[in-house]
Amino acid sequence: MTWPLYDGGFWPALLLGLLFGLVLEGAGFGSPRKLTAQFTLRDFAVIKVMFTAVIAAAAGLWLAEASGIIGANSVYTPTLFIWSIALGGALVGAGFALGGYCPGTSSVGLASGRLDALVFMAGMVAGVAVFAGVFDWIEPFYRAGKGAPRQSLDQLLGVPGIVIILAMAAMAAAAFYFGSKLEARFGGPVQASED
Amino acid sequence: MSGTPRPYWHPLTAGILLGLVLFATFLVTGHGLGASGFFTRLAAAAGVWVLPEATAANSYLGGFAKGMPLAGWITWEAIGVILGGLIGSLSSGRFKAKIERGRETTPGRRLAFAFAGGVLVGMGSRLARGCTSGLGLSGGATLAVAGFVFLIFFFAAGFLTMRFARREWQ
Repeated sequence: MTWPLYDGGFWPALLLGLLFGLVLEGAGFGSPRKLTAQFTLRDFAVIKVMFTAVIAAAAGLWLAEASGIIGANSVYTPTLFIWSIALGGALVGAGFALGGYCPGTSSVGLASGRLDALVFMAGMVAGVAVFAGVFDWIEPFYRAGKGAPRQSLDQLLGVPGIVIILAMAAMAAAAFYFGSKLEARFGGPVQASED
Repeated sequence: MSGTPRPYWHPLTAGILLGLVLFATFLVTGHGLGASGFFTRLAAAAGVWVLPEATAANSYLGGFAKGMPLAGWITWEAIGVILGGLIGSLSSGRFKAKIERGRETTPGRRLAFAFAGGVLVGMGSRLARGCTSGLGLSGGATLAVAGFVFLIFFFAAGFLTMRFARREWQ
């Protein structure tokens, strides 16, 4: 068997999505109060969970590639468009702080009974429609500042991928240590029983 | 739901499990997890329904409007996410129908903020070509520069906006 399987079928998609939803809900990411408490420093679950997941998956991919299970450049890696990704990321961050969710977390928000998540989803559909309506006008900005295709941080900095992963692990350890101290100071983290 | 809800998982446990699911997704599909792409397809489907000609002629959504806009990997995955969230919340006693909001805000005001935030996230994720899942998590796992640029601006804007939105969540 050669990996990746490049299987885009229905059942693996449904199963992987189900596991994704199960973990997001278990982490407490269906709760907009818990999610936004990251930005008041009362709850560091967003940074802790995301950091850990990125490091675990990156380490898995690095090991799979180093051991020859997957080939080099065999998984999809996005290309940088500095202006649109920077502004787009900022809009998602601002919308997250105001609305309480991002796209994936709004799905588990709705799945755990939150009606505000449904309204947030309606807002996202409206936002996509607005974007499509002005697309011709903003397209030069959308395509500006293109980086090297599929460039990774290890390529950019000229160091092995494992060095980046270990540096991230050190940063994550610091985030866990100081994050937990701040949580204790601000009366966090947000618990399931508070809702 | 009766009784007290079970506590959320430890962030380290949740993070490792999320990383394993993400890694498995790469091995099976060759790409990571996503979320905002489903709402793009939902917008295309709504457009075909409400304004079929304008949607077909639109330079961004026109491609999705051909055939069935919702038919795609990201839709099956999004259905799975909702099922997984449902199983998780029901089995842990955490499912509860409500409008979640800060103590000092009204339900109407909370919903207005939810809609406005959704509009910004919808626009931003299309501009960035992805969201916290597709660019942040999946891009980050491939060590993509694009993923880290997204995450830096996402967190910076989140912290900055919360300086003004704090009252809504207290």
